[in-house]
Amino acid sequence: MLTQYGFILILSAFAFIVPASAVVMGWLLGPKRPDAIKTSTYESGVETIGDTWVQFRAQYYLIGLIFLIFDVEVIFLFPIALAYSQLSLFAVISAITFVLILLLGLLLEWRKGALEWN
Amino acid sequence: MEQWSESLFNLLGGLGLPQEVSTIIALAVGALVLASVAPVLALVLIWITRKVISRMQDRIGPNRIGPFGLLQTVADALKLLSKEDIRPANADFLSYALAPILSVFGVILTVAVVAIAPGWIGADLNIGVLYLVALGSIGIMAALMAGWSSNNKYALLAGFRVVAQLLSYEIPMVLAMLGPVLWVGSMRLGLITEAQSLNIFGFNLGLGWFVILMPGMALIYLISALAESEQTPFDLLEAESELIAGFHIEYSGMKFAMFFLAQFLNTFFLGAIGVMLFFGGWQGPFVDQLPILGVFYFLIKAFAFYVLVMWIKGTFPRVRVDQMMSFAWKVLVPLVLSLILWQMLAMKLFGPVWLQYVAVLAGNVIAIGIVVNVLTSHFKQEQVRTKRAFGPKSLIGTMQPYAGD
Amino acid sequence: MIEQLNQLIEQLLIQTAPTVPSIQQVVFVMLAIPAAAAALMVVLARNLFHSALALVGTLFAIAGIYVLLEAEFLAVSQILVYVGAISTLITFAIMLTRGMMYGATSPLNRQAGTAIMIMVLLFAVLSGLVASMPWPENLVALETFSWGIFSNRITGEAIIASLGQKFLTTYLVPFELMAVLLLVSLAGAILLARDRQ
Repeated sequence: MLTQYGFILILSAFAFIVPASAVVMGWLLGPKRPDAIKTSTYESGVETIGDTWVQFRAQYYLIGLIFLIFDVEVIFLFPIALAYSQLSLFAVISAITFVLILLLGLLLEWRKGALEWN
Repeated sequence: MEQWSESLFNLLGGLGLPQEVSTIIALAVGALVLASVAPVLALVLIWITRKVISRMQDRIGPNRIGPFGLLQTVADALKLLSKEDIRPANADFLSYALAPILSVFGVILTVAVVAIAPGWIGADLNIGVLYLVALGSIGIMAALMAGWSSNNKYALLAGFRVVAQLLSYEIPMVLAMLGPVLWVGSMRLGLITEAQSLNIFGFNLGLGWFVILMPGMALIYLISALAESEQTPFDLLEAESELIAGFHIEYSGMKFAMFFLAQFLNTFFLGAIGVMLFFGGWQGPFVDQLPILGVFYFLIKAFAFYVLVMWIKGTFPRVRVDQMMSFAWKVLVPLVLSLILWQMLAMKLFGPVWLQYVAVLAGNVIAIGIVVNVLTSHFKQEQVRTKRAFGPKSLIGTMQPYAGD
Repeated sequence: MIEQLNQLIEQLLIQTAPTVPSIQQVVFVMLAIPAAAAALMVVLARNLFHSALALVGTLFAIAGIYVLLEAEFLAVSQILVYVGAISTLITFAIMLTRGMMYGATSPLNRQAGTAIMIMVLLFAVLSGLVASMPWPENLVALETFSWGIFSNRITGEAIIASLGQKFLTTYLVPFELMAVLLLVSLAGAILLARDRQ
């Protein structure tokens, strides 16, 4: 089994080299004439006003959090799926309860409006 | 070890090299072959994209350079190579340079678990399906890095929206992948592909595809894969009118090309994985007798999927970002979770396999039917509401005769 | 005293006689050094975003070490949950907080002295623990090295299947309680987000 991961390690080395060499070739072969206007920040042709900050919108963080919760749920569902043939009906009912509790959480989020406007 | 690495290993061992060195060389040869698939594949994919989209728009597409315009992409790549590598001032150099490379890196690594023919898979990992999902996280990190390091607030905003889209559709995608895993009882992609054979009197017809068993799961996977690879109808970040050009505003030349390379390859590989999970991968008639036929079947199915995605791209309009997010969380996640629950119940409650089969299929069809009904009635009501809001309040001033109703 | 020292050095030299390191040792070193370096960068980087990126690097390297220990499911769940979800949340939090974007935050504060003392103590405890464990010298000894945990080793997919089974039989109550815990955290997040608006 470890040879499989060795293969992936070697493949990752190549997978890094292929785009890196393309980028380096692009940097080598292109002209290099930086000037103040080319390197300034793009803002539809207008000068930038103010610092680069973004207004805090709680939606992004909430979506990330809901994703985290469901990600953890998925991590638990996969081993259960693998062990499925050896499980009793009671075990399956408990797994279904687990999923239902988290579906309840999603319903709660929906009703409280956490899934709106993004 | 897989078949190909075993045979290479024995070949090299016969030359008298020590065991570890021959293992490494065998694996390195395989890795080199797989890694070099990516640029060649990208050429073919970009050509297919341009031809299909242009035919849909009633024009011919590239046909000057090379026969049928096949070398057009090479010309474009050469042009992009010669562009100046503009680096914006105040950009964080390391993450700015690393982001496109990491994008492509994450996508090329998916090749390792793709099963082209019986026994011909890079590495049949025990956690094959989850490995694919883990590679998606690299793409998410790359998008965040690109958005932040460009030192441009539009790039940052666009980066956030891309990440929100990727996160939202990852859950339905992973749960749709859980369907075949649950049915087969293993996460190994090679095993899942092998399980889709249809054995009649000992002869493998190779048509026992999971899409016939769980069409709902396949549909959800298709939609989520479209969203994960940022294709229409979910490609609002490529749209020129939205936030200029997304998080690759400040990228030019080869780095810009890398992001697009990553997107094309991602679309193809997600399609290839969908083919492996739901459409039988290399399974097809007579594949036991002639294994090389498996490669043929797999490539046909994968490219058919890609053409389907391009067809959808040329046909449908885009969805708004809030529609996209609510569709993911309010429709897809509850739907796919209920499909999984029903499948779990059906697999335990019913004894004979054919009965489980029928139950799962019925459950899928009924669930999709219910969702489609609810959605159409919801949208019809919305249509009626907006028509009422914008319709003429009185007939004075309009020149049309009252047409009844 | 000097004789004892000589004997000690001789013993050390015999024990660490140069042998060709096995592939696993090489890969371990290849993973552990970047893990440690990235962890150092998390703490010492001036720019907060660089710290977040270094954290991602550390987590990837640790996942690689898990793979080396043949705990592949643990590795992939580390990448899925930690890198995919938690690092994204941390990065969101960093990016959405005004004033954190630009570098030049000092990694030290007034309690640097106490921190160093605690660090040295912790390192002494950990290295003492590691050194005093009766590590088995070879694979044969590993098979018979039993704390009751390794007595029946299973490999590959069976590990993940037994994990799934244990969730629903031996550890069922913590499993369901964890679902409730996740539900509570969801509710808490909504509460916090709404207060801000």
